[in-house]
Amino acid sequence: MNMNFLEFEQPIAELEAKIEELRYVGSDAEINITEEISRLQTKSRELTESIFSKLDAWQVSQLARHPQRPYTLDYIERMFTDFEELHGDRAFADDAAIVGGVARLDGRPVMVIGQQKGRGTTEKLKRNFAMPRPEGYRKAKRLMEMAERFKMPILTFIDTPGAYPGIDAEERGQSEAIARNLFVMAQLKTPIICTVIGEGGSGGALAIGVGDRLLMLEYGTYAVISPEGCSTILWKSAEKASVAAEAMGITSARLKELELVDEIVKEPLGGAHRDPDGMASNLKTALLENLDVLDSIPLDKLLENRYQRLMQYGNFSER
Amino acid sequence: MSWLEKLIPSRIRIDGRQKKTVPEGLWAKCPACDAVLYRADLERNLDVCPKCDHHMRIGARRRLETFLDEEPREEIGADLEPVDALKFKDLKKYKDRLTQAQKATGETDALIGMKGELKGMLLVAAAFEFKFMGGSMGSVVGERFVRCVDTAIEHNIPFVCFTASGGARMQEALFSLMQMAKTSAALAKMSRRGIPYISVMTDPTMGGVSASLAMLGDLNVAEPKALIGFAGPRVIEQTVRQTLPEGFQRSEFLLEHGAVDMIVDRREMRDRLARVLTMLTGKPAA
Repeated sequence: MNMNFLEFEQPIAELEAKIEELRYVGSDAEINITEEISRLQTKSRELTESIFSKLDAWQVSQLARHPQRPYTLDYIERMFTDFEELHGDRAFADDAAIVGGVARLDGRPVMVIGQQKGRGTTEKLKRNFAMPRPEGYRKAKRLMEMAERFKMPILTFIDTPGAYPGIDAEERGQSEAIARNLFVMAQLKTPIICTVIGEGGSGGALAIGVGDRLLMLEYGTYAVISPEGCSTILWKSAEKASVAAEAMGITSARLKELELVDEIVKEPLGGAHRDPDGMASNLKTALLENLDVLDSIPLDKLLENRYQRLMQYGNFSER
Repeated sequence: MSWLEKLIPSRIRIDGRQKKTVPEGLWAKCPACDAVLYRADLERNLDVCPKCDHHMRIGARRRLETFLDEEPREEIGADLEPVDALKFKDLKKYKDRLTQAQKATGETDALIGMKGELKGMLLVAAAFEFKFMGGSMGSVVGERFVRCVDTAIEHNIPFVCFTASGGARMQEALFSLMQMAKTSAALAKMSRRGIPYISVMTDPTMGGVSASLAMLGDLNVAEPKALIGFAGPRVIEQTVRQTLPEGFQRSEFLLEHGAVDMIVDRREMRDRLARVLTMLTGKPAA
């Protein structure tokens, strides 16, 4: 089984393997292999299109966590220039699960902040699997307040399984760190655009997710609890994660329908990891368009809109 | 009949049938020290064990009734009712869980808000009902909380909130998560107006409620030995694979680590909060 492909992509993987094989023998064979390869490639594309046109919530959540999926730093590298990473919360430590810094987007100075997953065991541990500790959220808050002072828009990239559930995190006030960010972001006097690029895991995601626009990559997920956690608590079994994923409606399409997400950013065929450059370019276009719109709104109005938008979250009836 | 019972004269012998004639719930047992307590005494003592000072969980309505002056009282957002917008179903339908919780508690959702007075000082007070789906925060809780904040702003009076919650209400999925942002934004607005907000964390205050409105008090207060934290102890134990230290995530632990300002005994709550609030609002000492 090819590990670059998820279980539901195996038919595509098989076709791709066949194509590889043909290429390998291609040079010394007599028959016209090129034609056969291009026929198989078309077939593979059609198959991918068909599989990806009807993904269920659980399959999407596997894509959102795909080991090859581009992470925050992959986007920063492709979309921005002059990135200077800024470290530390000035009180305790620098949390590598959240990266942030100043950069230019099409020449314009912005503050970029995002959770960062790691590749390979060493980096995964260093990044703590993108599960921030309080100092990570406090670093993010420090950078956001700095952005406000220097009139820079804030762009956040959300990609975390959740805030770190550890003894040290509790000792240093994980709850307060998250709560404080929600409190501060609600009233920061600068435009904020938040984008879910992968996994939007609960309060740990929301802690850098309050703003004027919420974008979501097509195969990102955003939920109040992981499908596994939801399954364990509500179904009393770890086996129902796929059912829980469906019930919670964690996909971009569903959340757009519920008006919780403003815009879905299209992913390349087969997902962001198949073409990180293409994905970065789509995202850059979307961010620039949204920044343009936000720029045209006077600051008072922008803050009032942000507040009203937060206030309208929820469903209830009134007798 | 045992030999001992045979020794007892029949007129003072107690058989099973007679036992049942004692009214139920006349006695209560302290879960901490196992002392058997006369319920009327316990209630007079605000459900704090007179033997060991253990603070038992109390309902939202009783909380507000014992915290506020008897008059005046005006409920906030009482007309709001939860709806199952997502048609959520786990082992049970969310709709059925709601009906069940409403029947069991007599409340429409897990937060009650009231405008009233504390020792003659006008204020808004709210309390979470833990027995309503674990005091979980869904849309109605968020909206009621915001209306409490709005009332406090409108009348320029302090706001005190008693939390008792397991966190976000999963059956409302992302809408429940967004209540964290909603309530925090309302508190930010109130804070800008210089209106005091006191958050009183009672047992338990966890997850999304802890990581939003509960930790944002001008004063964070806790009742003794309440469980307060972001992640549940079981989740942490599974993640770090070590036994949690004694007293972990209890009020005293939070005080030591700087997360709460003070631990207040329930029986002193009215006095101490009233005293602090007069100072924060520039009123003369009572």
